[in-house]
Amino acid sequence: MTFDPNLTLNFILLAMLVIVAGFVAATRSLLAAIILMSVYSLVSAIWLVVMDAADVAFTEAVVGAGVSTIILLGAILLTRGEVQKPKLSKLIFPAIAAVISGGLLIYAAMDLPGFGDPASPANAYVGHSYLVSTPNEIGTPNIVTAVLSSYRGFDTLGETVVVFAAGIGVALLLGFGERAATAAPQPLDPSGDHNVVLRVAARLLIPLIALFAFYVQFHGDLGPGGGFQAGVILSVAVILHALVFGLRETMRALKPGFVRAIAALGVLLYAGVGIVCLTNGGAFLDYDFLFDRDTVDAIPSGLLGDPDAIHHWGQHFGIFFIELGVLFTVAATMVTIFYAFAGRAPDAQKEAR
Amino acid sequence: MTFLLQHLNYVAVIILMMLGLFVTFSSGNLIKRMIGLAIFQTSTGLFFISLGKVQGGTAAITISPASPEAKALAAQIDPVTLAQAGVNGVVYSNPLPHVLILTAIVVGVATLAVGLAIAVRIREAYGSVEAADIAARDRVSLPGQPAEPLV
Repeated sequence: MTFDPNLTLNFILLAMLVIVAGFVAATRSLLAAIILMSVYSLVSAIWLVVMDAADVAFTEAVVGAGVSTIILLGAILLTRGEVQKPKLSKLIFPAIAAVISGGLLIYAAMDLPGFGDPASPANAYVGHSYLVSTPNEIGTPNIVTAVLSSYRGFDTLGETVVVFAAGIGVALLLGFGERAATAAPQPLDPSGDHNVVLRVAARLLIPLIALFAFYVQFHGDLGPGGGFQAGVILSVAVILHALVFGLRETMRALKPGFVRAIAALGVLLYAGVGIVCLTNGGAFLDYDFLFDRDTVDAIPSGLLGDPDAIHHWGQHFGIFFIELGVLFTVAATMVTIFYAFAGRAPDAQKEAR
Repeated sequence: MTFLLQHLNYVAVIILMMLGLFVTFSSGNLIKRMIGLAIFQTSTGLFFISLGKVQGGTAAITISPASPEAKALAAQIDPVTLAQAGVNGVVYSNPLPHVLILTAIVVGVATLAVGLAIAVRIREAYGSVEAADIAARDRVSLPGQPAEPLV
């Protein structure tokens, strides 16, 4: 058995994940649990890179270590609870349940194909066929993007609608953050402005974060990235602005109604591409039918740099538009969710006084 | 030994999943329960990605077989695997689990937000996010009448 650095790294990172998750389970401080979850996400993002899942690692780093931490922090601000000391008797049955089902699952897992087996059913058939046919049928170098937005475009439309629906759900439960917009501005600290460094750093960072989001968006069919990652990164830029300059300022710049309209527009754009394919005689979201013959001929062959390469223009433009729809919906939904949680904060502060 | 190493990933993932299950079951605090569910959810993601890893493979972004990176990768893999699993002389990991888990992570944070929003509303109505307190309040208040806040 030869030494494999990747395999060793894999086990070290998995051990770290188990340790961090164990501390999350053991701690009684919710704040500590949330910070540990952020660490957990970061470690699992590194592990995902070792597993060749660059796109997933990207998503996990942005979502797990970024947005979900902020939402969880907002939730403990609004609930202000700390975990009560559990009675030992209340821990016995969950522990027994977890040990028994874990034992059964481990027993079953021994029948799974070995780790890294290229001949396992999952890797040999459907996964392999995507790898073989993507260069001929779609033409995007990033096969994950091709599967996500073209082969399984209908699936991704469903996911986008779920994100949109979750945003609506949060807004219905917590409001659109309108209380923060009408609340009295925070009184200035008489001892001076303590946040100068933050403000200057944020002013530098926010444009860069937004620029990076657009790079990830429009580079998504060439390298790791795409609408989901870019949408979350873009929302992080807005959330950072709100954290440093205050929610009122952000809501003045980016009206909640406008954000909600963008979220709906994203789903509409995605489904609209599918409808255009339908009316042109293809199946729903079959991008090969996005353009008719004349339009395809009118596209300059050097548009993507290489004039001699054979391009599937319908696929390229279809993926471009639906990824744009995903960007709109994901970014706007994340901002709406943040507005909803942060908009409740003035109530919580009033109650605390 | 090799068999153990080949299945150790699944064992680690199942331990993580059971930790999440334990937190979800044992914790009375609704926020802590949502954290437990998040651990449970990520563990399924880790499981899918583990299944999709191919020994000696690389990220599923096509590279030209003539490029030095492709040649360096191909030199590390035995020719039988390369012929069997390779596409144009390069072995890639399975992209399908990546697609499924990528979208699941983003959907996961959106649904986590819905759960937390419900917890916030429960806190506003009951004055607590502890399951035991909420159950006690439900027993005290008469049916058809709004519960009075504890605080």
